[in-house]
Amino acid sequence: MTAVTIRRADGVLTVQDMGRPGHLAQGLSRGGAMDRLALIEAAALLGAKSPLAAIEMAGAGGQFSVSAPTRIALTGAPMIATLEGAPLRWHASHLVLPEQDLRIGALQAGVHGYLTPAGGLQTPAWLGSRAVHLTIGIGAALTAGQTLHCGEDPAPEAPSRIIEAEARFHGGALRVMDGPQTALFDDKVLDAFYATEFIRGGRGNRQGIQLDADARFTTDHAAGLASDMIGPGDLQMTGDGLPFVLMSECQTMGGYPRIGQIIPADLPRMAQTAPGARLRFRRLTLEQAASSYRDQTDMLREAAGRCRNLIRDPAMIADLLSYQLVGGVTAGRELEDD
Amino acid sequence: MSLAPTPQVLPAGVDGFLIRFALRPDAQAMAAAQVMARQLETDTPAGAVEIAPALVSVLLRFDPARVDRDDLARSLASRARAIVDRAPDAPAALRRWTIPAAFGGEYGPDLADVADRLGLSQQQAIDQLCNTDLHVLTIGFAPGQPYIGLLPEAWNLPRMADLNPRVPAGAVVVAVRQIVMFGAESATGWRQVACSGFRTFVPDRNPPMPLRAGDAIRYRPVTGDEMQSLSSAADGLGGAVLEALE
Repeated sequence: MTAVTIRRADGVLTVQDMGRPGHLAQGLSRGGAMDRLALIEAAALLGAKSPLAAIEMAGAGGQFSVSAPTRIALTGAPMIATLEGAPLRWHASHLVLPEQDLRIGALQAGVHGYLTPAGGLQTPAWLGSRAVHLTIGIGAALTAGQTLHCGEDPAPEAPSRIIEAEARFHGGALRVMDGPQTALFDDKVLDAFYATEFIRGGRGNRQGIQLDADARFTTDHAAGLASDMIGPGDLQMTGDGLPFVLMSECQTMGGYPRIGQIIPADLPRMAQTAPGARLRFRRLTLEQAASSYRDQTDMLREAAGRCRNLIRDPAMIADLLSYQLVGGVTAGRELEDD
Repeated sequence: MSLAPTPQVLPAGVDGFLIRFALRPDAQAMAAAQVMARQLETDTPAGAVEIAPALVSVLLRFDPARVDRDDLARSLASRARAIVDRAPDAPAALRRWTIPAAFGGEYGPDLADVADRLGLSQQQAIDQLCNTDLHVLTIGFAPGQPYIGLLPEAWNLPRMADLNPRVPAGAVVVAVRQIVMFGAESATGWRQVACSGFRTFVPDRNPPMPLRAGDAIRYRPVTGDEMQSLSSAADGLGGAVLEALE
């Protein structure tokens, strides 16, 4: 059986897949990858029929080796990666041989990078998913010395592929639809909210992300609200009037009023917005939001259309190397806190 | 802006509707939400993928590829209106849990204060907790963790201004006519009246989250020693017994 060994863990490394939907009635949120699109893009690169369980790397990567020849995909937030000291292109798949030294270093942009072996990680599943759910103690962060089983690569001889990754690593505009409590906010507050530039705050984890702004957004109708179902993307306005964006491991029920919900298509951008980066919200009509919906099959087909073979042109590699050197300067504050 | 007491069917994300019977907790709206949830579970609309009841609302998630959003919204609204027009009682429970719990003293440090506020002796307060017809109203905050109610009107106690920094797993706490049973050590503004060996969430147990919205709950008073010894049961059920009801 193929295995991946963690030789060093620098960031918060967890096994993630698309999560375990269907348990809201029992108080369990879906969980799974913070950037679900990164798993879709990895599956497209590897020619997989559905997303595979991967190592999510928050803040920084680590050092890895494999026990049998296997392709890997590197997706999500771009990180500096090398194989036996030679630079590896991000947003791409590569063959890794046993005993080769795979190193994934600092973030160049974004927050969460993903390392996906072509056979998928095969760690034990719980309620149909291998996703680690840190806040409720399902699994734990990976540490140096751990070896994870994965499926055999069905086609190790397949060429390396690259994908034109959807741009989402530098903040920007996030599309929002009204939710069940939007009407609790006055029109003036809503207008101000959508005219405001927010900063991704320093507080963030797999449960949610705090945003900062000078303005405050409150409603007079917050007192005594019955707790209601909440979910990833919800813009919960806590007591201080600043948005807290609910993410993958959020609770299932909450009493704070929610001004709207980031649509699923833009949640990867939220997850990949690093502390300090700027964000704006754009309000969609229900029709616009509904027409943005894509199921997993459509997303995978669309991502496959953005893939092509990696041509190892030396000129291109030199260019890549210089890009990485420039991009490697980071503020060093990407590590998530609680 | 409409805050009318009529039921509303509101978009909840690109693949969901929230059927909401009130904005604030209200016994009639809670009953309506429970009837709606039961009805959606037994007569599930085509294309629905998940039904999750909250206190006064029900979330229905659907597969957008299989559902005409407007048709589904209309059908949900007419079902909800029909329920409100009937003003039904909460549906009869299908199952009942009897859960041993140790009340007062070190296991319920706030029981004396609660009894005082109600003008009852501690024993009378325990009797009311154990004799009221209680149901799991909803599950949330943490996996498997129930909100149970409703206690008699007099139990409409506010949350405490100062958080109790630590109640243990199994703590039975009260506020606003409801009971919460904590699955893990927690901080809370609710008052702890008892402790049980029932663990609401044990990942390796089958099922990990045994309570369901609508389950009837009856507490059985036991001594602290008995509760402690029941707590050591490997199934994490603390001696709780589950019966099917007709």
